[in-house]
Amino acid sequence: MSKTFEPVIAGFLCNWCAYAGGDLAGVSRLQYPPNMRVIRTMCSGMVHPNLVVEALQRGIDGVIVMG
Amino acid sequence: MVECGRHLNIEIHTLSRVTEVLGKKGNFNVTVEQKPRYVDMDKCIACGLCTEKCPKAVPDEFNMGVGKRKAIHIKYSQTVPLKYAIDSGNCLYFLKGKCKACEKFCPTGAINFQDQPRKISLNVGSIILAPGYEPFDPAKADIYGYGRIADVVTGMEYERLLSAGGPFQGHLLRLSDNREPKKIAWIQCVGSRTKNCGNLYCSSVCCMYAVKQAVVTAEHLHGDDVSQTVFFMDLRSHSKEFERYYEDARSRGVRFLRTRPHSIMPGKNNIGVSIEYTNDRGQRVEEGFDMAVLSVGLQAPPDALELAEVCGIELDRYHFAVTESFNPVATNRDGIYVCGAFQGPKSIPRSVTEASAAACVAGRSLLEARGTLTLEKTYPEERDVSGEEPRIGVFVCSCGINIAGVVRVQELAEYARGLPSVVHVENNLFTCSTDTQDLIAASIHEHRLNRIVVAACTPRTHEPLFQDTLREAGLNAYLLEMANIRNQNSWVHQKDAEAATAKAKDQVRMAVAKAALNAPLSRMTVPVVQKALVIGGGIAGMTAALEFAEKGYPTILVEKSDRLGGNAWHIGRTARGEEVRAVLLEMIPRVENHPEITVLKRAQVVSVRGSVGNFVSELEVEGKRRTEEYGVAVVATGGREYQPEEYLYGRDPRVMTHLQFDEELRERAPSIHKARSVVFIQCVGSRQPGRLYCSRVCCTHTVQSALRLKEMNAEMDVTVLYRDMRTYGTREELYFRARELGVLFLRYSLASKPSVFQEGGQLCVEVFDHVLERPVRISADYLVLASAILPNDIQGLVELYKCGVNEDGFVNEAHPKLRPVDMTVDGMFVAGLCHYPKPMDEAVAQAQAAVSRAAVLLARERLQLDAVKSYVTERCDGCGLCLDVCPYMAIRLEEYEKEGKVHRRIATDKALCKGCGLCEATCPKEGVMVHGFTLDQLRAQVNALVEAL
Repeated sequence: MSKTFEPVIAGFLCNWCAYAGGDLAGVSRLQYPPNMRVIRTMCSGMVHPNLVVEALQRGIDGVIVMG
Repeated sequence: MVECGRHLNIEIHTLSRVTEVLGKKGNFNVTVEQKPRYVDMDKCIACGLCTEKCPKAVPDEFNMGVGKRKAIHIKYSQTVPLKYAIDSGNCLYFLKGKCKACEKFCPTGAINFQDQPRKISLNVGSIILAPGYEPFDPAKADIYGYGRIADVVTGMEYERLLSAGGPFQGHLLRLSDNREPKKIAWIQCVGSRTKNCGNLYCSSVCCMYAVKQAVVTAEHLHGDDVSQTVFFMDLRSHSKEFERYYEDARSRGVRFLRTRPHSIMPGKNNIGVSIEYTNDRGQRVEEGFDMAVLSVGLQAPPDALELAEVCGIELDRYHFAVTESFNPVATNRDGIYVCGAFQGPKSIPRSVTEASAAACVAGRSLLEARGTLTLEKTYPEERDVSGEEPRIGVFVCSCGINIAGVVRVQELAEYARGLPSVVHVENNLFTCSTDTQDLIAASIHEHRLNRIVVAACTPRTHEPLFQDTLREAGLNAYLLEMANIRNQNSWVHQKDAEAATAKAKDQVRMAVAKAALNAPLSRMTVPVVQKALVIGGGIAGMTAALEFAEKGYPTILVEKSDRLGGNAWHIGRTARGEEVRAVLLEMIPRVENHPEITVLKRAQVVSVRGSVGNFVSELEVEGKRRTEEYGVAVVATGGREYQPEEYLYGRDPRVMTHLQFDEELRERAPSIHKARSVVFIQCVGSRQPGRLYCSRVCCTHTVQSALRLKEMNAEMDVTVLYRDMRTYGTREELYFRARELGVLFLRYSLASKPSVFQEGGQLCVEVFDHVLERPVRISADYLVLASAILPNDIQGLVELYKCGVNEDGFVNEAHPKLRPVDMTVDGMFVAGLCHYPKPMDEAVAQAQAAVSRAAVLLARERLQLDAVKSYVTERCDGCGLCLDVCPYMAIRLEEYEKEGKVHRRIATDKALCKGCGLCEATCPKEGVMVHGFTLDQLRAQVNALVEAL
């Protein structure tokens, strides 16, 4: 077991808002924990429920859909 | 710059100056003298061998003389065009007649010592002057020991010290002992706002560049003991989002001291500095700093005079080009225009806006010839990669130190080499530079790459550039995938190189997994409705409508009230002294009578369908509905004056806003004439929690009104209560004159606002004076409140067009610096107060810029659409679930026959589809997908992520 639990989070980010927000956070140098891995989508509504379930089944600790 | 260098319709002449301008608008003959480069541009491949072999090293001017360059050199690695040049003043061959090392080693025989100056004749219709500015040189007047004290540098020099391409590769070191400084001071207004150096004007940009440098400094230094101090007179953060940035800098611990230091002395052994200043209690303080940065101002370039003479244009006393408020980019010579700091010191967004505005008005005299000389870019035929196994090339960008300073890029590149299907990996200092584009293209050919992954910044800004590179190399643009390891990694995990590198590996692995599934896509085209819609009939809206109409595009101008003109009806004069009413009375009939303009008053937009090139809206005009089609829209909905609730406003008739006082001055001047005391309060409703922005125009407005009062009656007491006077640019002259005429300026702070009360019928203002350290009471016959500018409420429009506003309600631009008049929605542009408070000259320039940008779309008959669209797969069984969720009504149900039976399936309309993929997420059978974002592609990314577990 690792010392502290560091979750791996899959983030589905809408290209037009959340992903743009992610870019802006970068430009503004806002620091946040490095646990999320972003998958860019053209809309948060593009994320099929099956994708979320599959990700969790395969052991990803969390899924966040932002849009 | 790269785009400019690559553009087919831009011809660049470097090393050149204009020596003669003959003819007139529409037909100028321009003579250009080009200095010899001594390098054949067609042969030079920018391999850099010449520079390596050149024995003569000279101080590198680009890096402020820290570090060396050679006599044969390029200015910096992103130079456009990327061709070396010999500086004959330093070259040994030219000085002593021998050497020629470069010629010996050049592999392409590009060196030509016989190169001669050339004369180039150009026949053009319009001319735009953009020679920029030069930073003020403090060495000339021995200001603050600059030039003698090693650790006193200018803001420009400091910028180079911070730069990854700078002398220390972005590691901040001071010049005296090459150690990291910890305690740094900035001194504002060096070469600005002072009579001593002749530059009475405010340089407009130094406050913000100093604040930015102070904030960014912390990113370049190690440890928590970094301290930044800014010595200033008035902090001028008057542009959009700047006030918030300033507040943020304060909350991060940047110290702001309102005092002008008396002198700087060198530290022991000329290491560090000692600054002597007077603190706000009037005590003399001597404080040591590791280094001092002089925030030098901007001044006209030394050759401005010559250029002005050659072009026959008028300059002001500071050698900036003279323009008018309602024609902000036109010089006094017809057909010659200016933009940028040559017209007066200004920030990047305003310079970019003016550049577009200049292009707009310069286009007027090119109307007849439009399109006759332009070239269309052609690409090589696309290679068919359908039968090939994926061969992926990965390009890892260091972005100077932006990425490489946090993510271990070498390790990342090595890691990428081991990923499936990856056959080639490179690490570049700047993957976006012109030379790297050539390198990527060469790698595509050499390694027969058929998929490219660029691990760099965000696809939202850089995808088009790399897509173009793929196309030039014969690959379909959609075979590109980007991994965003800067904006969404190195910039947000600055303190954790380990985690950032691990994350970058995951990001690249996920991008590679997706890229392997990328397929070539094609883009369809749709016809463009060559008409414009302008929303708002104030100065900005009317300017936009006129510019569209002059270009020959039918324009619909929608105004919600019953008259055109907007706020301009209430404004007396511009800062330059021009009568606004006269311009308005001339402009309105011109708009109303123009054959290409349809003016609709008492009108509003009630619905929007379609998208860029093909908008369809229902408009409600005096209660009746009509439908209009248009290709582009300009939003110029304006703003309004904040109605104060403070300072007895509305309860005492002697308390007025600026606009009311202007009217009072117009209508009832004699009674004002008799007043003994008039008080102004600045920042009423601005620069405070809940409205954290500067309204930009009120300081100038106040100073103008104060001057007017003093001119009416020199005996009148005029007092201005302010927080920071922000008379930026040459408006500073007005502020200076007001002080000369005896206008009293008293500063107050947000924490101790003035109080206003009545005493025995007398209106009194009490304010805490920082110099006397006690409250001061002033009786006032008039109290004028410089109240904030608010945007008009456009929530309805925002929802219709799905565009955005910032937290203050001002329309968002697509990129604040690079695309300052484009809105976040394609085909929509912004101008005037709805974008941010601004004076009229800036509103006019912005409207012209908006038209310029919009005309790029309108000039085409057909528009290419994005290829990211939905498509139907064989699995569709026509259940129709997706029909209900599609927000764009782009899906319909069809019947078809197969083996004698009637089946159903869906069909999608590519022109309407926006690629949102609600259909993809809704379909239970994987019967509809979005190109570039198929379930398989998204799943591949999830699976690649799972490998990290």
